[in-house]
Amino acid sequence: MSFYGLVDGSDASLKSYLNNLSGVDQVGAEARAAMLATRSIKTSAKRWAIDTAITMVDLTTLEGADTPGKVKALCTKAVRPDPTDSTVPSVGAVCVYNDMVSVARTHLDLIGGQHVPVAAVSTAFPSGRASMAVKIQDTQDAIDAGAAEIDMVIDRGAFLAGRYIDVFNEIVQIKQVCGDKAHLKVIFETGELVTYDNVRKASFLAMAAGADFIKTSTGKVAPAATPPVVLVMLEAVRDFYELTNTRIGVKPAGGIRNTKDAIKQLVLVNETVGPEWLNPKLFRIGASALLNDLLMQRMKMDEGYYSSPQYVTMD
Amino acid sequence: MSFEYAPAPESRAVVSIKPKYGHFIGGKFVAGSKHFPTVNPATEEVLSQIALAGKAEVDAAVKAARKAYTTTWSKMSGKERGKYLYRIARIMQERAREFAVLETLDNGKPIRESRDTDIPLAAAHFFYHAGWADKLEYAGLGTSPKPLGVAGQIIPWNFPLLMLAWKVAPALAAGNTVVLKPAESTPLTALLFAEVCQQAELPAGVVNIVTGDGSTGALIVNHPGIDKIAFTGSTEVGKIIARAVAPTKKSVTLELGGKAANIVFDDAPIDETVEGIVNGIFFNQGHVCCAGSRLLLQENVAEEVLHKLKNRMEKIRVGDPMDKNTDVGAINSKEQLAKITELAAAGDAEGAERWSPACTLPAKGFWFAPTIFTGVTQAHRIAREEIFGPVLSVLTFRTPQEAIEKANNTPFGLSAGIWSEKGSRTLWASQQLRAGVIWANTFNKFDPTSPFGGYKESGWGREGGRHGLSAYLKGVSHE
Repeated sequence: MSFYGLVDGSDASLKSYLNNLSGVDQVGAEARAAMLATRSIKTSAKRWAIDTAITMVDLTTLEGADTPGKVKALCTKAVRPDPTDSTVPSVGAVCVYNDMVSVARTHLDLIGGQHVPVAAVSTAFPSGRASMAVKIQDTQDAIDAGAAEIDMVIDRGAFLAGRYIDVFNEIVQIKQVCGDKAHLKVIFETGELVTYDNVRKASFLAMAAGADFIKTSTGKVAPAATPPVVLVMLEAVRDFYELTNTRIGVKPAGGIRNTKDAIKQLVLVNETVGPEWLNPKLFRIGASALLNDLLMQRMKMDEGYYSSPQYVTMD
Repeated sequence: MSFEYAPAPESRAVVSIKPKYGHFIGGKFVAGSKHFPTVNPATEEVLSQIALAGKAEVDAAVKAARKAYTTTWSKMSGKERGKYLYRIARIMQERAREFAVLETLDNGKPIRESRDTDIPLAAAHFFYHAGWADKLEYAGLGTSPKPLGVAGQIIPWNFPLLMLAWKVAPALAAGNTVVLKPAESTPLTALLFAEVCQQAELPAGVVNIVTGDGSTGALIVNHPGIDKIAFTGSTEVGKIIARAVAPTKKSVTLELGGKAANIVFDDAPIDETVEGIVNGIFFNQGHVCCAGSRLLLQENVAEEVLHKLKNRMEKIRVGDPMDKNTDVGAINSKEQLAKITELAAAGDAEGAERWSPACTLPAKGFWFAPTIFTGVTQAHRIAREEIFGPVLSVLTFRTPQEAIEKANNTPFGLSAGIWSEKGSRTLWASQQLRAGVIWANTFNKFDPTSPFGGYKESGWGREGGRHGLSAYLKGVSHE
């Protein structure tokens, strides 16, 4: 395999490639993200951003208590986020655990949501602590059940121990399972990688191994999708595009709960990697509570006043 | 599919600009005789008529300052002086939006910068020095350091209120009284500060503000009733002041020009370095004495850095300074625009290659697109002279030694930047550079606790921190 000509698949070439990446200055990256957070997005720009953000939401439920009923409700919300307003677009995808994929797919198809893909978290989500055979089976199950997107976790233990090649090979193998049936999102759990240097390394490792998307977090560990982490990943995606002419998507997940935070993410995209990425094919936001805040802000812009939360559906 | 930011203008309603201003002498506003206009450089709108102080007004201001010094301020305990300074600092914070809007209207700088940098830092200088007022005996200047008397202070137009704070706060904390002249083109926030002094019930005559041009400045510099001159501005005027005060007993501090080297080594964190380059030269339209106006790139990364820099510059938002999303605002005056234009033309004529991102400049007002010149050598005028505008000269080097030699090969020595992930190299380089302020993996960071000042033709003395305080006290270093 060529891996875009960046590495040859050997431990030595991967190590040398990742260790030669430019470092990230923590203070500088945080200052840049903070500066971009001051952008003032108003009126027509805000309205555009809200609708765009809705189309980017991976509407998520990842609880031990998930039931078919809960997942079906989520699917209904995903297709028609506001039952009183047909101009509100559907979300980007529904994101569930492996065993809920068929429930979600069946229900979406039943209610006219054929255009909404189902994403499944995979490879022993959220910890990633399982044998490779289990991880492969986990992924295959989800695809067989109708998942069009696989959100896999990396082995953070291997990454932190410097066994980059193990992380790389896992992604390569899961990508093979996905084939052309499913898009592969690779979750770093940036809250466990901790440094921006690690985030940059993980980004290039995953992209070279075949990720279609790189994703910050599982949502189970804090901090998650902080603006500087997303900035560093967007910079990696931009640099990777210049090297390979291939556009990789980015998915922040975890901690993005309101419209203001979502718009900050869109500003980061716009001014880092450019408007090409302001598209659900290349940018998603993993969230649950965010959608209702987007809907309430949208109502406010249309009606001029804030409605009670009772005017948006809870699920 | 595009994300066009809708206009997000800051409201002007928060300020009320009078059609005409006088001077602030002895705690009162005094009508002027002659007037000149101050304009909004982004629109060329005349904002107000400003009084031009002549001999009578400067005499009156010095007299008021002397009276306040001998009868009140020098006799007051440090603790009491500190209370006034804290009060001023708090009022500046409370009226921060008003100051920010006024600064942007009069100066042309983006509201984001006046709101997030100028005004908070100005208040911070008053808070910091308020804390010193009752602790001067611990400043390392002897057991009972004494104020100098009346300070004449002349400040520039690039950071009008912030430079006022740099001058007034330490002077007052140390027990001096002041006669301050704001720049001809940016007097409005100083006049609002005079209102704050009234609001804080600062004793009459402790702060006096006279407006005017260079002739007013000369009257202050040459006034026999003044004990200390503090000036921030061009090296050219600084030299005139140095000659004028040389035969007198006046103390003097000068904060002058610069031509800072921003040095990028091949192990620099590239993306943050690009941010630092942009911040170093395009912050405040490059109207910064310590601007990183000479970019020194190690040859083996020069191409990559320039490529990323140009991409980044495409995202710079130039335009209406009152829009909260503007990154680069208007050039402060027609004269300054002419100077920048002339020096940039010299860059073309001497064979450097000019590049600017595509950007539409407003039809009215004074504007200059962010610009870089590549292929610049030490022999180019744009590598030697201070442009004081959004123009970056890019040079390259091969070894760390060559970087240091080039960086130091200038009559100036105000600031420098070092970009590297290698701590030992950063420390080594910082010891070789002949500059008063050296930033490592950052640029244009200011703090009241940190002394600021230059080597060589960049000035005399320091402002800020304990070092800055010593410029307003008779202690070991002044007796």
